[in-house]
Amino acid sequence: MTQPILELKNIHSGYGSIKALKGVSIRVMPGEVVAIIGANGAGKSTTLMTICGIIAAEQGEVWYDGRMINKVSPEKLPTLGLCQVPEGRRIFPRLSVEENLILGAFYRNDTEAIAKDIQHAYEMFPILGERCNQEGGTLSGGEQQMLAIARALMTKPKVLLLDEPSLGLAPIIVQQIFDIIERINKEDGTTILLVEQNANLALQAAARGYVMETGEISLEDDADALLNNPKIREAYLGE
Amino acid sequence: MIQEFKKVIKSYVIGMLWLLGLLWPMLGIHPDGTLTFQKTVTVWSYIVAGSFVCLLIYVMKNSGALDFVAKPLAGVSSNLKSASNTLPTWVWIVVILVAACLYPQFTNRYATDVAINVLLYICLGLGLNVVVGLAGMLDLGYIAFYGVGAYTYALLNTVYGVGFWFSLPACALTACIAGCIVGYPTLRMRGDYLAIVTLGFGEIIRLILNNWMSVTNGPNGILGIDRISWFRFVFEDGMTFEHMWVKKLQLFYYFALGLAVFTAIGVNRLNYSRVGRAWESIREDETAAELMGVNTFIYKLLAYAMGAVFAGLAGAFFAARMKFVSPESFTFLESAMVLCMVVLGGMGSIPGIILGVMALIALPEVFREFEAYRMLVFGATMIIMMLFRPAGLIPAKRMGTRSEEKEG
Ligand SMILES: Nc1ncnc2c1ncn2[C@@H]1O[C@H](COP(=O)(O)OP(=O)(O)OP(=O)(O)O)[C@@H](O)[C@H]1O
Ligand SMILES: [Mg+2]
Repeated sequence: MTQPILELKNIHSGYGSIKALKGVSIRVMPGEVVAIIGANGAGKSTTLMTICGIIAAEQGEVWYDGRMINKVSPEKLPTLGLCQVPEGRRIFPRLSVEENLILGAFYRNDTEAIAKDIQHAYEMFPILGERCNQEGGTLSGGEQQMLAIARALMTKPKVLLLDEPSLGLAPIIVQQIFDIIERINKEDGTTILLVEQNANLALQAAARGYVMETGEISLEDDADALLNNPKIREAYLGE
Repeated sequence: MIQEFKKVIKSYVIGMLWLLGLLWPMLGIHPDGTLTFQKTVTVWSYIVAGSFVCLLIYVMKNSGALDFVAKPLAGVSSNLKSASNTLPTWVWIVVILVAACLYPQFTNRYATDVAINVLLYICLGLGLNVVVGLAGMLDLGYIAFYGVGAYTYALLNTVYGVGFWFSLPACALTACIAGCIVGYPTLRMRGDYLAIVTLGFGEIIRLILNNWMSVTNGPNGILGIDRISWFRFVFEDGMTFEHMWVKKLQLFYYFALGLAVFTAIGVNRLNYSRVGRAWESIREDETAAELMGVNTFIYKLLAYAMGAVFAGLAGAFFAARMKFVSPESFTFLESAMVLCMVVLGGMGSIPGIILGVMALIALPEVFREFEAYRMLVFGATMIIMMLFRPAGLIPAKRMGTRSEEKEG
């Protein structure tokens, strides 16, 4: 059996006295797409931020690629191939699209490969190519989401953490974004951990899923099984 | 046109009445307790008359009554604009440098003195721009590093007799160390908190200078600091004293100009380097920058230290020029002034900041004729400038920004 590329072992974390995560364990295998679904405030974003070390874990271990990364500072993680597209996109609003992409490649020194990757990003997201000199903050929501994903791809991630990529987007744009996510996974073999409110979409894109409730994992199963689970259908698919 | 006029006249009248209410306490209440109205009304009526004419012109222009003048004017100005855009940047730089070099040859001592002031403040403004404009950290205690640089030279010179040029690296170094010491604990904070803490640290440094009698001689300051030693040898034989003085100030002007050019080049290089990009990403979104692999703490500390280095260098020049330093020169007001220059000129824009410094140093000099109302006029001018150019006199230009092209 292969080793998980990313594994959370009994993680507890929070904000001061607020305990947002109470023993979360998640495993992600190389090349897999895994979804975390859950209601507002369940602790999904907190989980991703804890993986990236922005929030320190109070208890438990985060393992990535065969090493424990609890003590690794957040800015080292892109170097190791772990990158997050944070909730709400968080692109650099007053920098141009191109500069946003260049910043994604901040830790890299291979100028030529970076230029090539930028071109590749423009091929994948043609709209970004058209807007390459426009300030990031003036892009539409969907374009910003694409920019955020493209920026993260510039770090050449092995594992990509995506926090609610469908947030506030029209269905057609959401479909585009999910096609891209699938493409990244299939073509580049990038492992993807996907956090979503839109359970239906997320579980269709993912192979496995975790259901999160108030800081704990309440259910873990194959995506199809979750989609057919009557409880899940009732709670998260609105039936 | 009448329609247009009706739209604005109400707010205009209210504004003018408000101004009257504001003016009267300043002009009509005298220190001996008497109250007068005449002076207030006179000044006020001048202002009303002047602004009413402006209002009329504005209304007429808006309603198209002035098209026969406005059209050609707009044509001329847009032509000028496109001409200035087609001229490559280096032409501008050369023109400005040549003008700056010729300047002291054609002006008197007083004007040169003001110009030296401008040059030193340009260094301060550009240095603060690294912290505020690029890295986006509001620093209200910046002038303290200027003080550290000035005192370092003053002490090295008066106590150990070290010459100016040997002291200069030491000044940069001590300012840098002071920057790191202040920065290390404060940079974990963000936004408003950072501003307050830097304000506190700035005051602490000033209070140390003020109270450490045995070293800094307290509020009395340090006297008898050497000038820049280089031209001493040159003029010692056979020159008259008076002549030497003029020459000296002029020469000092060129040294200050050199420092300003050095700072501008340095800041420009930083701006377009990898480091500058990291700073900008921190300014835009610190967490996102961290997620993208930017070591935010180190880069913030670096921004703080770099800003301090430029201030330290300027401080050494300041001490050499004044031949005297005292804590009074490094109060919070100075920090606020430098910050005003940066904001007024346009954060992140080097030409903007240069213009902002010139405006803020030169305006009070120009308004000297208004005597007591100097600061009032100065304040009003600042408000008006910020109303019309909120992004600064020359806003920072990002390469080929599309949204700007559309507007322009
Ligand atoms: N900066 C913060 N300070 C204090 N508490 C926070 C902070 N951020 C989140 N929380 C709390 O932590 C809990 C989990 O929040 P989190 O953002 O992880 O939820 P989420 O599952 O991502 O929700 P959503 O789907 O709405 O994004 C919530 O109760 C929230 O109130
Ligand atoms: Mg969330």
